[in-house]
Amino acid sequence: MIVVEILVSIFLICGGFFALAGSIGLFRLRDFFTRLHGPTKATTLGVGCLAIASAIYFTFHKEGISLHEVLITLFLFITAPVSAHFLAKAARHQRLHEDKDQPGA
Amino acid sequence: MLKIALIIAFVLMTIAQLLNLYRLFKGPSLPDRILALDTMYINALALFVLLGIYFDTATYFEAALIIAVMGFISTVATSKYLMRGDIVE
Amino acid sequence: MTGNRLIPHPLMTIALIILWLLLNNSFAFGHILLGAFLGIAIPWFTNRFWPERPRICKRRLFFRFFFGTFLYDVIVANLNVVRLILQPDIGKLQPKFIRIPLDTDDPLVISILANVISMTPGTVSTEITEDKKTLIVHGLNVPDEQAAIAEIKSRYEATLKEIFTC
Repeated sequence: MIVVEILVSIFLICGGFFALAGSIGLFRLRDFFTRLHGPTKATTLGVGCLAIASAIYFTFHKEGISLHEVLITLFLFITAPVSAHFLAKAARHQRLHEDKDQPGA
Repeated sequence: MLKIALIIAFVLMTIAQLLNLYRLFKGPSLPDRILALDTMYINALALFVLLGIYFDTATYFEAALIIAVMGFISTVATSKYLMRGDIVE
Repeated sequence: MTGNRLIPHPLMTIALIILWLLLNNSFAFGHILLGAFLGIAIPWFTNRFWPERPRICKRRLFFRFFFGTFLYDVIVANLNVVRLILQPDIGKLQPKFIRIPLDTDDPLVISILANVISMTPGTVSTEITEDKKTLIVHGLNVPDEQAAIAEIKSRYEATLKEIFTC
């Protein structure tokens, strides 16, 4: 039981750390397209970690396996790139990239 | 020990939410605000999962799943609105 | 994968059954039965929306790619991005748009490639040009543009093309 607790705690702290890192990226990076990187990758992995911690906790504390938190992780991993792509398209449509000396579309 | 880890996770997620809130108010552009809102959705879902562990109940799972679905749909709808000026064509 | 009339989309049927069992969080016989019913009924009713079915030609390569290379890359990419975000001097970052010429015109391969690129090392796919020949990708830190393009093409595009073309 103590092993399970340690495992759940590690997943919880890792998840919180990654999610916070994603938000720090959103907070301190300079332009929109670099800000997009934090939430799509770090936050997704962080929340995925938290959901897995929840799955492990409920599997060992209640009778029977509990896997439905995996659904949240799976859903986030599938939707994160799609919403990032949509946001990037919207931002390009608003010409947010043209005030830099970067090649445009 | 689990309690301490839970509280640390709660604190980390709350700080993350505050940083997202800053970006939501600060902007400067509309896609920035939508991105902040999307991140807030995902972090709120994480807080629900944490509450589920804290109160030792599986009831919060449904709420978390619905927030995930609604957050995705609303992000796609608002960015589509920005792109085209219309959602359903 | 040639579907028959009763089960037009076998992969979708299996995915629906698993989804139903996970949603109910139970593997009881009754739920398996109900899930099987839904898994057969939903593809049957929505058959007309899916005129073509995705075909996975090299199954072993598929599993090795998504559960080996991809999973490993997601974790490494995240550690990388976190390190870049938390470094004290963010002025050193070299963000850049890179254009990747595509070798394939299969919409399925292109969309999966775009999603895989978004999840892995420091890159987010932003746009596909109208003629579906170039993918515009934004990189968080790209010191060497040619090397980044070559890595994406050899590591992901070639493998995905091999998996989904017979």
